[in-house]
Order: sequence, then structure tokens, then C-alpha cells
Amino acid sequence: MQQPAATGRGREGAAAPILQAHGLVKRFGEREALKGVSLEASPGELVAIIGPNGAGKTTLLSILAGIQPADEGQVSHGPGEIGWVPQQPALYSKLTVAENLRLFARLEHCADVEGAVGRMLDQTELGDRADDQVSELSGGNRQRVNIAIGLVAGPPILLLDEPSASLDPRQRERLWEFILALAGRGTTVVYSTHNVQEAERYAQQVVVLADGERLFAGSPEELEEQVSGDQRAPDFEAAFVRFLHVRGH
Amino acid sequence: MRWLLVKDLEILRRSPLLVAMLILYPIVIAALVGFALTSGPSKPRVAFLNQIPPEARTVSLGAENVDVTKEAKPLFDSIDVVRVKTRAEAIKKVKDGDVLAALVIPADVTTKLQAAAAGSFEPAHIQVYYNADDPAKQAFVENTIKARLQDANAAFGKKLTSVAVDYLGLITRGGQFSLLGQSFDVLGLQRAGVILKQLQAKVPPDSKLGKQLASVVKFAGLARDNLDLSPQILDAVGSPIRVDKTVVKGGNTPLGGFAVAIAVAVTLMFITLLLAAGALALEREENTFRRLVRGLVSRTGLLVEKVGLAAACSTAVALIMLAGLSIFVTIEWGRFPLWLVAVAAGAVAFGALGVAMGALAREVRAASLLAFMASLPIAVLALVPSSAVSNTLYDVIRVVSAAFPFKPTLDALNAALNRSGGIGLPLLHLAILTVVFTVAARIAIRRFA
Repeated sequence: MQQPAATGRGREGAAAPILQAHGLVKRFGEREALKGVSLEASPGELVAIIGPNGAGKTTLLSILAGIQPADEGQVSHGPGEIGWVPQQPALYSKLTVAENLRLFARLEHCADVEGAVGRMLDQTELGDRADDQVSELSGGNRQRVNIAIGLVAGPPILLLDEPSASLDPRQRERLWEFILALAGRGTTVVYSTHNVQEAERYAQQVVVLADGERLFAGSPEELEEQVSGDQRAPDFEAAFVRFLHVRGH
Repeated sequence: MRWLLVKDLEILRRSPLLVAMLILYPIVIAALVGFALTSGPSKPRVAFLNQIPPEARTVSLGAENVDVTKEAKPLFDSIDVVRVKTRAEAIKKVKDGDVLAALVIPADVTTKLQAAAAGSFEPAHIQVYYNADDPAKQAFVENTIKARLQDANAAFGKKLTSVAVDYLGLITRGGQFSLLGQSFDVLGLQRAGVILKQLQAKVPPDSKLGKQLASVVKFAGLARDNLDLSPQILDAVGSPIRVDKTVVKGGNTPLGGFAVAIAVAVTLMFITLLLAAGALALEREENTFRRLVRGLVSRTGLLVEKVGLAAACSTAVALIMLAGLSIFVTIEWGRFPLWLVAVAAGAVAFGALGVAMGALAREVRAASLLAFMASLPIAVLALVPSSAVSNTLYDVIRVVSAAFPFKPTLDALNAALNRSGGIGLPLLHLAILTVVFTVAARIAIRRFA
């Protein structure tokens, strides 16, 4: 059964949502992985989906991306209008950076394939590695190519599944600079993460999932306020853990 | 789908080991099959001792002298003869491994053959000593000598028959006969009959002499008529068993042509299965599968692309291989369109089986291993001859073989290359298997995401 979600004050003045998902249910046999989850995101908004392992974060993103259908519920956009970046780089390691971008630009039916490839190489600052095979790139650079492929068709919404999971701090910093720049240009970015500090630091909206239920949707500050009570949590991570504990998880 | 195909070809190009295998495999197979078909087995070394004195090497059959050593000549075409001087030397060479066998012709062979011509029933014997270190070569030597002795026996029997027929001709029609340098005129039944009839005309038919003459004339006529049939009877006795070959099923495919069909079918199977299974599993291993099927390519489209890629590559390789084999074996280039159809249909069916394997295995290594391990039994089962196993087991084998594309591919290739049976049924069989395995792959691919 769907839990009533907390609403965030920070979203009261948000622009009209560009992405809307309503009442998403997904079952794997007897197990219900998503229990009527809803989500909204505005243009240029950064939305973090956080929660413990098995909460349903990846399942939610894969339904939004159109990889698997929901058993119930609706998503406002088709997969062609949403860019998707999986957790593990989904690239052809025997092809070069440019060839990977070119292939997906063609499959996405981009009107100007070479223009899209050049733009992505510029944005990811991988122009000097364009002719290198992906197998020769570092983990950080592979992740940048991975994101670039998700963006090659210029979608208004980008979904990122734990984008910084395999990166070192420096690579993570550069990745977030890139993502923030994207959002600054109006792309809505929805990302899942285990790193709650990344949610607090970069997201305007956090969505908390646990056992397939949406427990909260609002700004990080609102989440902290919900659990502050008599004694304020020392940091966002502590507030998040306390929130889960209060909600029985 | 076009861009996916281009991408896969580019990835193939950047896998030098795989490309080398694709190019070298048909060349090596073609060369091996070609050499195997064009070169016979190496001649085994056999020691040979002829103890027949030079003056006794002929057998006298009536007016004709037969040279025994000349009659044995075909035997020497099949073996590498090492001439020795004594029986002990021959046996030593066998024991030392210098030769695989020793063949000894005793001195009394011609005497016994001569006696056989005169009606004796004691056969002439020759001795063979074997080295059994190499059972395969020993069997070859045994079979070669046995076959040649049968030839020699048949030739000698034919000579005897021929001499007997000549004698009967002499008795029936008369003529000249030479013996010990002297020539005799034999009257013969025909001329005796004529003389008797002339005498009969001069004697009153009712007289005692006339009646006796009439019975002698009748006997001469009967004897002449029946002896005229003797050559055919003797010829039949000289060759008592004749083999008439009748093909009741399948075509009359030469061994070389069938070997070519097998070589091409095996090549098609290996390359297509490995490529199709590996290419599909690679999409999952590179994590690109989910990216592709979220609206960029349909799952069925992806399967069709992989089948097409594998089939196109293996068809090209098979055609190169056929061109290579045509150097060694006669292949009808005029039937090229039929080859192409048979090869392409087989490749597509193997491609469908390959994607089903790739979808099941999900990892490139597991898919390659599965494809490789499945290939050998599929091919071996399809090649089991009906007489090798019990009827029930053969029926089971036929059903199992029919469930995979190797047998119908072989049948289609055999029909296209060797005019053996119709090509329509194998093509229909392959089309059905293509659909079945593609559907199986489409179901199995659900586990990919």
C-alpha cells in the first residue's frame, strides 16, 4: 500500500513539472518492488532518489527509462524523450569514443549526427580521446562517455543510475561539475545514489524509497526538519538514517 | 539495424584472432579435405620373395602358356615392394619393422596350378608374414593382399574356362590342334554329322545299318546343339557371383562430393553458431542490450541483426571454402545459385540456433563454450549410418538430428553440390528450424534485461 509522502516546501514555487510518474507498481512474482510510487520533476531540477539497498531505486529508474514496463501507473514521457545512463558503462569497448557516440546518435535518429558527436565530445572534454578505443579509457572517462551517450540525442530529461559509484573523488568532482552544468542549461536530471552527501549537496529534491514505497519527496532541508524534533541531527546522513528508523526501516 | 550491423562488422575487424580464424579455418579445412580426397593411402612396404625358378614361371593351359608373375603384377601396384633373397631375410625384415609384411611365393606354386588345370583339387599356397605393430596398416596389407589374390584367382579361373571353351569348340566345330610341335586336324561333331548324313542317304532307311546310322546322326546333332551352349555355362561357372548395384534411396554421390558437403556444413555450423551466440551475448556483457532495446531497436530486430551478421560472414567463408575445394574436387559451378541458396539457408538456421544459445548462455565465454560443445554431437549424430546402430536407436538419432540444422543443411548441400535428392524439403526443414530457434531466442532473451 502506498504511504502518504511527505511534501517539500522547497517545491512549492517550482515550475510546471516536465516529468510526471504516477502510481507506479512493479511486481516480480510475489514480491512487490514498487508500491504505487509517484514522482515529479521540473525543468533543470536535480532530483536524487535515495534509499537502502533493495528499496526499488534502480527499478524506478528503469521504468522511467522505458526498459521495463510498470504493472500499474503512468509515466508522462516515452523512452525516446528521456536519456538514460546505466550504473555500469554501456559502451562497446572495441569501438572508439567517437564511434560509440556516432552509433547511438544514428540509432537515436539525430538529424545532425556529426554535430551531436562533436557537441558531446566538447561537453565531456573528451575531444582529445575521440579516436581512442573505450577499452583504453579510465573508469572516470568511461563514465563520461556513458553519460554523453545518454545525452547525445539532446533529451530534456536525463536519468542517472548511481553515476559516481565507481569513481574516485577527483573524477566524482568533475562528473558533478558536468551534471550541474547540464542542469544549468535546463536539463532535468534524476539520479539514484547511495551517497546521501551527494543528494544533500547537489539535489533540489530528494525522493526517499524503502521497500518499494516512497517515504519522502522534498528538499534535503525539509527531510532534516522532519526528523530534527528536540535534537537536530549532526548531518544530513544522520538525519536520513533517523528518518528511516522513524518510518520503521 | 543497419548501423548495428556496421558496428558488429567493425568490432569483428578489430578482433584479429577471430578474423584470422574466419579466414584460415576454411582454407585449412579445404586444404585438408582436398589432400585427403586426392591422395590415396601411402603404400605399405612389403618384402617379396619369389621362389619359383625362372624356367617354371609359366603354367601351360592347353595351347596357352600363362606367366604367373605377370598375373600377380597388380598386387605390386598397391604395395611398396622390397625384394629379398631368402625367407629368413623376409621374416627378419618384418620383425625389425623394416616392412609391414612379407609375401613368399613358394617354388611349387606353378606345379600346383598346373595340376589344378589338369583336374587336381589341391590348391596352391602362398605365405604372408605380418607385423601387427600398426593394426590399421596391418589391416590395409591384409585387405590388399586378399583382394589381389581374389583377382588372381578369378583371372586364373577365367583362363581355365577359356581353354575349356576352346576345347569344346574344337570338338563341336573341328579344326587344327597342336600338341608337342605336331598339328592335328580334328573332325568335329559338325563335320561328322554332315558325313554321316551323306552316308545315311546311301543306305536304305529301313535296313539295320540305316537305323543305326539314323541314331548316330541324331546323337551328333544333339551333342553339337548342346555343346554350343557350353561356353555360356562355363562362363557363368567361371564367375559364379556377380554384383549388380542398385541405389534404392538417395543419390549416387561420389565420396569426394559428399566429403565436400560435410566439410562445408561443419564450417558453416562452427562459424555461425560461435558468431551469433557470441555477438548476442556481447550485447549483454557490454551492458548495451538494455540501452538498445529501450526504443532504439526491438528485441526481435536485434536477434535478426545477429542472425544476419553471422549468416553473412559464414556464407562468405563457406563460398571461399568451396572455391578452394574446387581446386581438388570437381564441383559444378553451373549450380552456383543452388549452392548459394543451400549455404545461405543453412547459415540462417545455424544463426537462429546460435542466438538461442547466446540468449540462454548470456555471457560470451559461456555462449562460445555452449556453441562449441553442442556442435560436435550434433554433427556426429547426423552422420551415424543406419546400419551402425539398432533400428530403435537410429530412429531416436534421426529425431534428434532433425531438431538441429546440421542434417538438413548437409542434405541441402548434398543436393546442390552432388545432385543427390531434392533440395526443396531440406530448405523447408531449415526454414522451420529458423523460425523455431528464433522464437526460442526471443523467449530466452527476456532474461537479458
